[in-house]
Amino acid sequence: MGRKDLGFRLGTGAFALVLVLIVCGIGVVLTMQSMLSIQKFGLNFWRTETWDPVLGEFGALPFIWGTLYSSVLALAIATPIALGIAVFISELCPSWLRQPLVFLTELLAAIPSIVYGLWGIFVLVPLVRAIESSMPDTVRQLPLFTGPPLGLGMLSAALILAIMVIPFTSSVSREVLKSVPAAQREGAYALGATRFEAIRAALFYARTGIVGAIMLGFGRALGETMAVTMVIGNTPRVSLSLFAPQYTMAAVIANEFTEAAEQLYLAALVEIGLVLFIITLIVNSLSRLLIWSMASSATAGAVAPEPAPASEAA
Amino acid sequence: MKTLQKALASLAGGVLLICGAAAQTIQINGAGATFPYPIYSKWFSEYNKLHSNVEINYQSIGSGGGIQQVTKQTVFFGATDGPMNQEQLQLAPGRILHFPTVLGAVVPVYNSPNLTAELKFTGPLLADIFLGKITKWNDPAIAKLNPGVTLPGRDIIVVHRAEGSGTTYIWVDYLAKTSPEWKTKVGVNASVNWPTGVGGRGNEGVAGLVTQTPGAIGYVELIYALQNKIAYGTVRNMAGEFMKASVQSVTAAAAAAATQMPPDFRVSITNAPGTGVYPISSFTWLLLYETPKDKTQAKTMVDFMKWALTDGQKYCADLGYAPLPADVVKLEMAALAKSKTS
Repeated sequence: MGRKDLGFRLGTGAFALVLVLIVCGIGVVLTMQSMLSIQKFGLNFWRTETWDPVLGEFGALPFIWGTLYSSVLALAIATPIALGIAVFISELCPSWLRQPLVFLTELLAAIPSIVYGLWGIFVLVPLVRAIESSMPDTVRQLPLFTGPPLGLGMLSAALILAIMVIPFTSSVSREVLKSVPAAQREGAYALGATRFEAIRAALFYARTGIVGAIMLGFGRALGETMAVTMVIGNTPRVSLSLFAPQYTMAAVIANEFTEAAEQLYLAALVEIGLVLFIITLIVNSLSRLLIWSMASSATAGAVAPEPAPASEAA
Repeated sequence: MKTLQKALASLAGGVLLICGAAAQTIQINGAGATFPYPIYSKWFSEYNKLHSNVEINYQSIGSGGGIQQVTKQTVFFGATDGPMNQEQLQLAPGRILHFPTVLGAVVPVYNSPNLTAELKFTGPLLADIFLGKITKWNDPAIAKLNPGVTLPGRDIIVVHRAEGSGTTYIWVDYLAKTSPEWKTKVGVNASVNWPTGVGGRGNEGVAGLVTQTPGAIGYVELIYALQNKIAYGTVRNMAGEFMKASVQSVTAAAAAAATQMPPDFRVSITNAPGTGVYPISSFTWLLLYETPKDKTQAKTMVDFMKWALTDGQKYCADLGYAPLPADVVKLEMAALAKSKTS
């Protein structure tokens, strides 16, 4: 190995180390800053529902619930649509339409989240309210649809998150489908497969990459702050109802940090950040595991993108 | 060659000039409440026109942030909508003084379509609504205060601020003073554990939700309601009058409080006594150290304060703030005269 090679290896290695140090640094700082709250509440922080800045009692459960519930709902709405877009663009779309469609999905990803939030308040929320109000009373008895029709709440948050997640999932899925070797499709057609069956085979071939794309969207949904806080109703409550106003971890930090003057209150808010950090870590590790187990069970060499950390784009 | 030398010389002279000017400029940094930000930035720019060597920078990061930064001495002065409590004052490395600068008020806004008249409220009624005890617009408690108004049987939807805010502090401070139940169950802070309702972000978030949602009630700063022409209700004061918030009725609340002003100016003027008083009013404060390290900055700041409390007050009305009553200004000028700037 030449000297230049060694230098290059050490240099790039050092950059990779910076990444590890940053992640560890974030973890350490979050833990240190939230010590007061960790010592006072311990594990109860994860499972109590009270959030009372006046009495100094803090529990993160409603925020954990709101974050996971809204992200899972968003994923459930976004995934089929994003996959449909990806399949259409990469497999079925006439070539003159392909570039405009790709451009439009990428444009969706470029809109700042505060703009989504404003659109949510002025367009989506009134629309959701109208839909909620028009539901028959028998449906409103179901636990999924209880509560007054405010418009604000879990349903609006999940819808806005879904719209924000779609460009990510669909772009990555499209790239993954594009990387499926032509031989796969040709082989399917040679065996007499219909177009639908050939696409299904391509999707199966690319499945690890598609799971990666979905997890990328999940990461984005977990950390999204501004658009969600503008439409979710900001009420710390654990509820299954789509109509109920709820709260997320990122939103409560953004909302309450500036005016938190007491030490314990600040520590509790930082601990929410720590909890979000840990949950993101768990979600990413699980998705990594899932991709590994899928990749090792098949010899397929499809592109598997890294699952993204929760990130705030605004 | 000569021209080059000339050019260099003039360049050097220019650099010297810039350096000289920079040495004389006094920069003061502050941070804190968002509510007084429009008037503060007006003051700082007007004051800079009068004294071109004084540059005051202000970051509107919120009252909590202002208290924190002034405590850690990363800024020269802080600003807050709620006075610092004893515990917070003890965390500071020196004695911090409160100086009221202007007045603001918080008003109840509601959306009840087809109402024939403006609604009247009392403190206990607002507290019961925000506690979730009164849930219908045609509740007898509302009907009793508003005879002759046909009230709908619609559900009341409570809207409050989602983020911590000085506006919330003033609102819940008033509710706690007029309702013992609010005081024990919820208490007073910049953000509280709301018994009911949904949270909107910022004045615009609350106002947006209220105007969109039939049956909603919320609270916003008077300035915000005035600038956006949002209808708001009257509130009964201690003298029994139903008062509409206005620049006059808010200044009146401060004048009533001036008679019993504590020497450190940390006083809540919600539910102030006297006639013509709007009861959900409050001071907003500037936070200064009694003995700051930098004497030049300290002297400049005192000069600025003296200007802001006298000449500066004329900018209030245009921006929707209520000016300080003369008695309060007199007390503050006396306090400023005593501050240790040398």
